[in-house]
Amino acid sequence: MSEKITGAQALIRALEKEKVDTIFGLPGGCILPAYDPLLSSPIRHILVRHEQGAGHMAEGYAHVTGRPGVAMVTSGPAATNMVTPLCDAYMDSIPMICITGQVSTTAIGTDAFQECDTVGITRSVTKHNELIMSPDEIPLMVRQAFHIATTGRPGPVLLDLPKDVLQNSMTWHWPSDEEVIDSLPGYRPTMKGHPRMIKEAARLILEAKQPVLYVGGGVLKARAAEALLELAELVDAPVVTTLMARGAIPDEHPLCIGMPGMHGNATAVTAMQKSDLLVTLGARFDDRITGKVDAFAPDAKIIHVDIDPAEQGKVRRPDVPIVGDCRLVIEEIVKALKDMLQGGAVKPDISAWKSRVSGWQEQFPLHYAAAEPGDALKPQYCLEQLRDNSPEGTILCSGVGQHQMWSSQYWNFSEPYTWVNSGGLGTMGFSIPAAIGAKVGRPDRTVWAVDGDGCFQMTAQELVTASVERIPIKVAVLNNSYLGMVRQWQEMFYEERYSEVYLSPEVPDFVKWAEAMGCVGIRVESPEEVQPAIEKANSIDDRSVVVEFRVDASEKVFPMIPAGQSNDDILLHPDQCSVREYLR
Amino acid sequence: MSITPNTMTNLPAHHILSVLVQNRPGVLARVAGLFARRGYNIFSLAVAPTEDPDLSRITIVVDVESAPLEQIVKQLFKLVDVVKISELDPRRSVERELMIATVRIAAEERGQVVELTNIFEGKILAVGVEAITVSLEGSPEKLDDFEELLRGYGIVELQRTGRVALPKLDKEARLRAVRGKAS
Repeated sequence: MSEKITGAQALIRALEKEKVDTIFGLPGGCILPAYDPLLSSPIRHILVRHEQGAGHMAEGYAHVTGRPGVAMVTSGPAATNMVTPLCDAYMDSIPMICITGQVSTTAIGTDAFQECDTVGITRSVTKHNELIMSPDEIPLMVRQAFHIATTGRPGPVLLDLPKDVLQNSMTWHWPSDEEVIDSLPGYRPTMKGHPRMIKEAARLILEAKQPVLYVGGGVLKARAAEALLELAELVDAPVVTTLMARGAIPDEHPLCIGMPGMHGNATAVTAMQKSDLLVTLGARFDDRITGKVDAFAPDAKIIHVDIDPAEQGKVRRPDVPIVGDCRLVIEEIVKALKDMLQGGAVKPDISAWKSRVSGWQEQFPLHYAAAEPGDALKPQYCLEQLRDNSPEGTILCSGVGQHQMWSSQYWNFSEPYTWVNSGGLGTMGFSIPAAIGAKVGRPDRTVWAVDGDGCFQMTAQELVTASVERIPIKVAVLNNSYLGMVRQWQEMFYEERYSEVYLSPEVPDFVKWAEAMGCVGIRVESPEEVQPAIEKANSIDDRSVVVEFRVDASEKVFPMIPAGQSNDDILLHPDQCSVREYLR
Repeated sequence: MSITPNTMTNLPAHHILSVLVQNRPGVLARVAGLFARRGYNIFSLAVAPTEDPDLSRITIVVDVESAPLEQIVKQLFKLVDVVKISELDPRRSVERELMIATVRIAAEERGQVVELTNIFEGKILAVGVEAITVSLEGSPEKLDDFEELLRGYGIVELQRTGRVALPKLDKEARLRAVRGKAS
């Protein structure tokens, strides 16, 4: 019991006790002591090329496994490089533990070499953070960090460890669950929904004639996909899955009507607009979903299930707020509904509503103009081919921009935890490191990163990490030589005045760059090359592959609801008729 | 500087949040940071340990005009170090504040300030040749009045502590104790 070890040894032992199997990181001065006991630990360390990569890898790992991703870096610039992934994880509620080195306690506040106020800088981008001032605190702080990161609304937790705290000795003690709970009197997430509210929700559901299940990322965080399926089938209502919830219910399920929002499909958007009841499950009425808030789903009553009380009423005042874990609450609602039905309650006939919804599906499919011979390659076509030629269970990661929206639109998500993207923060460059983290978490799966040429140039160096650490991923670069989404906005809203969005058609040479990083590089310029290139990429499993698709720069993402406008004003592809006209 | 009551509706013009937090480094920065991030102005703030040395109470006064409080209260509650938040209705709570002021005054006129201080039941803390330092504890409104009267003599320096408050001993005193701990 009274074994003396160093703070660094205690840190690594504590991480082992928390069942950490992988750390993504990069050592430096102040964190050096922690890297020594790592040599004799079973924990795998993946040496990144930039600290931001370590953070996104930890996120990708957490996305696909549900276990917290762990990143460890040194002080100062390494800590500041972690700010973006921390904020990304905070916005998307990703469980993540970040360990940063810090200058010795005696040097804190002296502007020492590589000193920065890490806890101050990261306070607003973490769920919680701590500067550990004594090695004796390490085990409890680590346990607290994992508890906080993974319970309630998940999020990133940062532990800042001064060098002398890592070097000094301490008496090992592993705190019990009770000690952890008692040490956090201000942290008691509400798990079970209020029984009266659950009954009220069931009552509203049984009254609704035009219900829609509005499903957000919280359903995936709560591992509630099975419960969701049961609820959806019991209520027999259309289900929309937000960008963070793609795969929560299979896209091919007859009740699934896909993604709503700024680039959502017209059926999902319109069904929400016309709904009389939005059963909101782990979603937060993000501006990209609601458009102009005053005009959003004007006739809908709102049931809002969220584990975070602060989401209740933040954007839209719910009729029935339920604070609790999505899985537990959905199960309780299902139970309440079944009780009511057995007690003689009658489910309203919603067949008219469902046939209206399926009418919209027929009328407003996703659409793009297929390439005529000699035309440039269509990015949507590349994604359709990628979807149709990749193995079942493939995990798809994406960066941020047009390619992200096309990925969400054109992929077929048939199971949860196969879609990894940066939704809230919209971090360009997310996909390659996130895909590496996802592959580490699920080595049995094929992992494709869909990237734009802009995103790729932000974090591509992590492909060196992938090669050296033997983590084979596949990257589809949709190269249109532009910052495509910005170009789209300039075309549509700035009178085609293109300002600083043109990258370069010639440099970099993506194939040579891929090869220089130890990957296979393939360039695709015409439609007939698409499928063979994807098949070749899928057949290579000992190295990472980068497939560059030279795509049409003029393609835009449709549908689109211009920022700040009503969802009723959704713009479809110019070939299609207007939703507003159709509904008139 | 002073919070003026809304005379039209006779509603209090400020909110008082009584925030019980773990007595740990950085807690105040977390709390203050949340207000700053959302552009809310803290009117006054008082922090001190409670009867339990592991806990501190932060009394925050926020101008009603600045924003509806619901969101900030919920966000505050999400801070791991925040144990409890009570939103005190000024009409149902006791508020106290302390003021110390140094007034420049000639020796022959000093008696007027001493008399004023005595009327307000304040204290004389120090007397110099041409200045006097007085203190007053009481309701913020009483302090406002005293400050106004002192101003006529010439205030050299003045410091107020900001309000501390507790609910009146009345079951309804707590307008709302936010429950359902954060996640």
